[in-house]
Amino acid sequence: MSDDVKTGSELDPPELEAADTRVGEPDSTTHAAGGAGAAATAVSGGEVVGQASLWSDAWVELRRSKLFLVSTFFILVLMVMAVFPGLFTGADPRSCSLGNSLLEPSAEHWFGTDIQGCDYYARTIYGARVSMLVGIFVSAAVVAVAILLGSLSGYYGGLVDSLITRVTDIWFAIPTILGAIIILSVFDQKGILQVSLVLILLGWPTLMRLMRSSVLSVKEMDYVQAARALGAGDRRIMRRHILPNAVAPVIVYGTITVGIAIVSEASLSFLGVGLQLPEISWGLMINEAQGRVRNDAFLLFFPAAFLSVAVFSFILLGDALRDALDPKSR
Amino acid sequence: MGRYLIRRLLQVIPVFIGATLILYFLVFAIPGDPIRALAGDRPIPEGTLNVLRDRYNLNDPFLVQYAKYVGGVFTGNFGESFRGREVSDIIAQRFPVTLRLGLLAFVIEAIFGLIAGVLAGLRKGSFIDNLVLVTTIAVVSIPLFVVGALAQYVVGVRLDLLPIAGIADGWQSYVMPAFVLASLSLAYIARLTRTSLSENLRADYVRTATAKGMPRSRVVGRHALRNSLIPVVTFLGVDLGNLLQGAIITEGIFNLPGIGGEVFRAVRGQEGPVVVGIVTIMVVVFIVANLVVDLLYAVLDPRIRYE
Repeated sequence: MSDDVKTGSELDPPELEAADTRVGEPDSTTHAAGGAGAAATAVSGGEVVGQASLWSDAWVELRRSKLFLVSTFFILVLMVMAVFPGLFTGADPRSCSLGNSLLEPSAEHWFGTDIQGCDYYARTIYGARVSMLVGIFVSAAVVAVAILLGSLSGYYGGLVDSLITRVTDIWFAIPTILGAIIILSVFDQKGILQVSLVLILLGWPTLMRLMRSSVLSVKEMDYVQAARALGAGDRRIMRRHILPNAVAPVIVYGTITVGIAIVSEASLSFLGVGLQLPEISWGLMINEAQGRVRNDAFLLFFPAAFLSVAVFSFILLGDALRDALDPKSR
Repeated sequence: MGRYLIRRLLQVIPVFIGATLILYFLVFAIPGDPIRALAGDRPIPEGTLNVLRDRYNLNDPFLVQYAKYVGGVFTGNFGESFRGREVSDIIAQRFPVTLRLGLLAFVIEAIFGLIAGVLAGLRKGSFIDNLVLVTTIAVVSIPLFVVGALAQYVVGVRLDLLPIAGIADGWQSYVMPAFVLASLSLAYIARLTRTSLSENLRADYVRTATAKGMPRSRVVGRHALRNSLIPVVTFLGVDLGNLLQGAIITEGIFNLPGIGGEVFRAVRGQEGPVVVGIVTIMVVVFIVANLVVDLLYAVLDPRIRYE
């Protein structure tokens, strides 16, 4: 089709204009079959322009996805559990009596009781709060840092890029668990805030690299060139054209990062360098349970199951988002 | 390639200096005076304190301490712990345990991960494929320390098949920890192999090979599988560094006297020199693993060309 236009232009410039305006109309008499096909697609594209962004397509796709429905169901339940634990249990996880120490699961104590005689079901429910808080906070912060640094680095290139990439390489070379153990031992207090900050500090490089490479590939797209040719400034190009198209992989991995952060918090608490005891965390509960596994395996089972379901849901949600956001996989 | 190699090697230097500088600074910033901690509750004479502080360069500014230490490391001197043992001795004693654990885990994840991935990838949608998908996502979701504790309970306590902790039983003691350490990466490798293989099986060159009458086993073995292994091999490279990290948790659960458990104890006991020595080794392994992966990538995949 473009060949047709070109030959037209060589012959007679005014006709080129006519041909140009006619592209997209159903009755393009100047072109043969190829032209008609292109015109038809342009029209069908024209009807949905404005709504058919990557994200609205993805939403249509997501609503049909079983993975998405299952994972969001679990995540919603866990969120409600984190915000209103009282809806799930009337028992107070901190009112314990030693007389009830290590009871097996029963009608009164669904998950039994721990060594202090606390209701284990209540403790498991209240444990959701720490995990969800750390997971979502860490992921949101890491995604924000990654988007900021990744787009600066990928879009501007040059010195800015070299500088940001070098710093990222350095942080990337620090092993997470080892780094976290050392950093956390610097703090006197080890609360949710400290643990989250450490995980953010050690977690952003992966996502920053992802964002940078995504921006690099989007930057070369024709529509970015077109926007620039039309006189759009850097900020407008970044916000309106690059960001919406480059952010998809970061959102997908950011969702999985919630799961990774939950595991990391639990692992650090399990090792004894994360949250400390009056706090209720699944990692701490598993730590205590490990030594009693021989006689009281249920102490290990319940927090482990909740923790795994939480992680599982976010990984699954990430998978569902990736399927929906990747047009090639449809 | 030669130019890329040199540039990539030069990049290692600032990364090593940056990463160790950050970690040393943190170890330096851990509150408390390690020399006073040595003496416990008893008071320590000012003179002794100063002699000891001089001996461990604790009176120098941080950057001087750092320079002295890194200078020492490059001449094979890892310094001395506050309790008077050579750090290189401690590492030499602990490292073999971690190495055995890591290598066994590496072999396990490579073999089992590849087999599971190939079986699943060859027949997408089959029972085996679904089985692999479900098991791997379950393994990925269950944290390492939970897998460890569950394995101890089921395999060690209930079935009484393998030793639960320690290394008193020789190589058998390593089997369960290695499987636990390998589990996460095993799942990733299986998934990676599956995706990669099933994608390659749809490629034109596979159709060509089939069309010219090549038997299926040869098509898969010589054409599809070889190309599918590129991402898997690179993952295995990166994973060498990750295994060392996972060893900190695994050694904790199974009470193995390796480098991971040692660094953990050293952080708690404020044994700065020991922490710093082990950290240096871990960072080096991590950086080298990433370097090898980058180079391997260029060698294995001729489509990737570096200027």
